[in-house]
Amino acid sequence: MPSSTGSRALYAGGAASRPPDGDVIVFDRVTYDIGGRTILSDVSFKVEAGTTTIVLGPSGIGKSTILRLTLGLIRPKSGDIFVLGRSMVHAAKDERNELRRRIGMVFQNGALFDSLTVGENVGYSLIEHSRMPIDQIEERVRRMLVLVGLDPAIILDSLPNELSIGMQRRTAIARALASNDPAIMLYDEPTTGLDPVSVEMITDIIVRLRQELHVTSVVVTHEIPHALKVGNRFLFLYDRRVVFDGTAEELASTDVPELLKFLEPFKVSLAQAFHSFSEGMRP
Amino acid sequence: MIQAVWNRTKSLFKGVQDLAAFSVAMVVASFRRPHYWRDIYEQTYFAGVGSLPVVLVSSFFAGQALALQFARQLRETGSESVLGTMMAIAVVRALGPDLTGMVVAARLASGYTAEIGSMKSTDQIDALTAFGTDPVSKLAAPRLIGIVVMLPILTFIANTVQFLGGAIMAKFVAHVSLSLYWTQIREKMDYGTVLIGTVKPLTFAFVIAFVACWKGFASSGGTRGVGYATTESVVIASVLILIFDFILTRVIFALLHW
Repeated sequence: MPSSTGSRALYAGGAASRPPDGDVIVFDRVTYDIGGRTILSDVSFKVEAGTTTIVLGPSGIGKSTILRLTLGLIRPKSGDIFVLGRSMVHAAKDERNELRRRIGMVFQNGALFDSLTVGENVGYSLIEHSRMPIDQIEERVRRMLVLVGLDPAIILDSLPNELSIGMQRRTAIARALASNDPAIMLYDEPTTGLDPVSVEMITDIIVRLRQELHVTSVVVTHEIPHALKVGNRFLFLYDRRVVFDGTAEELASTDVPELLKFLEPFKVSLAQAFHSFSEGMRP
Repeated sequence: MIQAVWNRTKSLFKGVQDLAAFSVAMVVASFRRPHYWRDIYEQTYFAGVGSLPVVLVSSFFAGQALALQFARQLRETGSESVLGTMMAIAVVRALGPDLTGMVVAARLASGYTAEIGSMKSTDQIDALTAFGTDPVSKLAAPRLIGIVVMLPILTFIANTVQFLGGAIMAKFVAHVSLSLYWTQIREKMDYGTVLIGTVKPLTFAFVIAFVACWKGFASSGGTRGVGYATTESVVIASVLILIFDFILTRVIFALLHW
């Protein structure tokens, strides 16, 4: 694992690369409808700088919708969403695009550009939106691939469909990180459908990003063991609302009936996670 | 029954409204920064060089078929000598732009819709947006520019090849002197004929790009949805080309007092 200083050097440096303070994401009474069906109703929560917030909930409950709203890919019916202190809902198009460039998003299926090589995918944002010389971009792309445990010498010129699902997911993380020093990382089901080794690697990457680079992360998942390893704040969505918002300790002692029912199959994982926590393995 | 017709009508109007709004966004994106020059180059090459073989082959045989028809009809009145004039009018004002438009629509509309639709169904368009890239500027505008630049050029080439095909029929079927044939074609290239022959491919280029990109962006329902969207895209673009063909001919005739 690279040292903290070494990892910091991965970023361009300067004022823009400093992690922001305070609440970096604020949902203020957000309601979202699609096709006459309410997905989220009057949802409010805050994500503090430097934390990894886990969004839990059953399938189809609107977890990924929260990420799409945060990025401004969709607009809420009512309420407001503030990202890095600015309204994503009311921002002009250019301002919204500026905000998006400070957010890294890892889509559920990777969403790699299938006509571009791995190198072009990872360097996409820098190629399109920066004036960085091509050799520096390539150097940065290589470092990002190494950071996520991939060998640039082997995969740099490969097309995404030549990679395994786990490698695609890690390439997607590298692509999100290679952009202009993301202050926020959003992960949509980053470990779903992966083998245990890939799950461990991705979990490790998310934890390192918080510990070493203080990147604020929001992770949507329904995999409790993974969630407990990476998260230090938990939201539970149920029936269009956030019914739980708290720390891992509060999660362990919750009396919210829907959450208790949801956690029931993961009792062993919860116990293991808190055992690890008590031994100081968790941050 | 009435409800079904009403829903269909509403859906049609909504489609027209969406297409109009998307078309405006495409045109605005084509003039606004940033310009994705690499994509513009690739799309221009794809539209032009990629379409050239099919345009050349179809035009050569269509030109011969048209000249053959004219030669047979003109022979009945003993006026084969005006074959060049007939060809000039038919090819430049109608067959050239229409045939090229249809051939290019079949090739590019399906390609544009399938590619953009696939990108949408795999979240690649959302990924572009997430990187602060406007997908309309990145995907649609280069395709619009590429086809608007190349379709008039392809039509000019198609016209020339159709004349060449016609020349073979003029020489061996109608037994018309080639110098007379080419002289008549040259003399018939008046302002009105050239205007029609230029405005039509330009309009068709906009129609193909608007419909194909809009269908790609609006597609939903996974691979089957992309398949439907691709089919609809080619059908709508082809029908619109024929409708605009008539409208433009009528309008330009009225403007020129023909």
